[in-house]
Amino acid sequence: MLNFLARRIVQLIPTLFFVSILIFSLQQLLPGDPALVMAGEERDPAVIEQIRHQYRLDQPIPVQYVYWVKGVLSGDFGESLRIKVPVRELIAQKLPVTLQLASMAIVIAFLIGIPAGIISAVKKNTAWDYGANIFALWGISTPNFWLGIMLIFLFSIKLGWLPASGYVPLAEDWRASLAATIMPAFVLGNAIAAILMRHTRSAMLQVLESDYVRTARAKGLSERSVILKHAMRNALTPVITLGALELGTLLSGAVLTEQIFSIPGFGKLIVDAVFNRDYAVVQGVVLVTATIYITLNLIADIAYILVNPRLRA
Amino acid sequence: MTDAVLSALPAAGSQDELESPARRALRRLFKRKGAVVGLVVLSAFILLALFAPLIVPYDPIATSWTLVRKPPTAAHWFGTDDLGRDVLTRVIFGTRASLLAGAISVGIALTVGVPLGLISGYRGGFIDALISRITDAMLACPFLILAIALAAFLGPSLGNAMIAIGVTATPIFIRLTRGQVMSVKVEDYVEAARAMGNPRWRIALFHILPNILPALLVQATLSIAAAIIAEAALSFLGLGQQPPAPSWGSMLNAAQRFLTNAPWMAIWPGLAIFLVVLSLNLVGDGLRDALDPRER
Repeated sequence: MLNFLARRIVQLIPTLFFVSILIFSLQQLLPGDPALVMAGEERDPAVIEQIRHQYRLDQPIPVQYVYWVKGVLSGDFGESLRIKVPVRELIAQKLPVTLQLASMAIVIAFLIGIPAGIISAVKKNTAWDYGANIFALWGISTPNFWLGIMLIFLFSIKLGWLPASGYVPLAEDWRASLAATIMPAFVLGNAIAAILMRHTRSAMLQVLESDYVRTARAKGLSERSVILKHAMRNALTPVITLGALELGTLLSGAVLTEQIFSIPGFGKLIVDAVFNRDYAVVQGVVLVTATIYITLNLIADIAYILVNPRLRA
Repeated sequence: MTDAVLSALPAAGSQDELESPARRALRRLFKRKGAVVGLVVLSAFILLALFAPLIVPYDPIATSWTLVRKPPTAAHWFGTDDLGRDVLTRVIFGTRASLLAGAISVGIALTVGVPLGLISGYRGGFIDALISRITDAMLACPFLILAIALAAFLGPSLGNAMIAIGVTATPIFIRLTRGQVMSVKVEDYVEAARAMGNPRWRIALFHILPNILPALLVQATLSIAAAIIAEAALSFLGLGQQPPAPSWGSMLNAAQRFLTNAPWMAIWPGLAIFLVVLSLNLVGDGLRDALDPRER
């Protein structure tokens, strides 16, 4: 186990190294001179030269990379070119918003996806099963930005039940905060619920055919106890680790969902940064997302081994 | 009863032997209702894209100030948009951008990803370690975030959006091809081909590749669905097809601003994305089942 853990963590180092190179080279694709962008209205060559020097744009690219990595390792992601605020502060400010949205989405996904998966496996080839499968296909095929727009139309414009956009921090007013985030959280959770339902269904179908379930039934246990105590516990472990990985998908989905609902989170931060050519922010956000994703992967791997004794050797 | 079973068995067996694998897969695909519905809807959209100029009643780009945001009527079935253009016409023309983006970006991902995966899985060693780490790094960045960053840095246009989505989808195909090659290369027929003195490239192209095609085909179908959603997302953000050329994503973007008084602008482009993606997913699921050797 320790051996495996050590190997997994050592493997992360080259991955993170390549992620950093990938993110850094994105900036090199950018057409135009970043110093000119930063100078804005200012056209004085001396000022532009000074900017170039200040941001080390006059240094060779590998030197720029080393400086950037040094900064990142000490927690300094640089400064937003547009609003002159440290990227670290921006991230610290926006990340909790997206995390609230993502946690709500995961809860919604588990609440819908897992029961739907269990029911469709237990009642295989019945109307319940077909219904759950149609729901899963619908969830996977609906573009989340369209679903968001349709929900705004229905619940904000037609019915007037929920605010169409905006965000209230949880600490400020939890009711208003939930009202503002329930629609985007549902939009994000819906697609993941569909994926979880499919995984749960196939895991349950496999487990229901296993010997120990047959034994449990032969012992005369009630069907309810066979499914809830024997089958479900074993079927759900892989599903839960998969669910943890879907958090990475959530960060992707948050980009458009936050845009549609005007929620000032991580996703909106990256879109705004992309349009403002504020690439210190883009780099910081992509790096943080990738690190979160890699860490989640590691945790999911470890959790999978911890709950599965056969892999613990 | 026994006689009937016995006489039916050899017949079924011989039919299976005579049938080529591709033909058997097709037969099994057409047995699945979902996949058939998906194929029909998809073909309809392909025909719409190909013959768009012959089908549509209006010009997709010409604006008309007298027809701004008119609800659906007999003359304009889907209503008109904020610049007085026919929504139906634009939805039909939008099929072109979406299907093209899906096909081309997955084409890019296949042409780059499959050879890299073949090399990585077949050669092993340092090259494999290098390619695998780069693949890991790309997969560590969430799909849409990487595509948006790439598209933004390349500059907004449909072509650049396709490149961005294609590049972002490439690591999926590298990883899939590599994994498949690793499991196939220890098979007896590959050993036999090697023993006969075939060069490495020949074994990779003629003995390994054909055997991993089914898995690639399923993934490609599902990836086209993902690529179409990604293109719509990029166009929605203004990073894909540029106005006034019609695309479903940019139509939704415009629609969001007029949701209160012109909801029809939002319904149809979204429904079109949904239908195309749904049918690709149905076909992909059907192909996966039809090509699965365990389900004979």
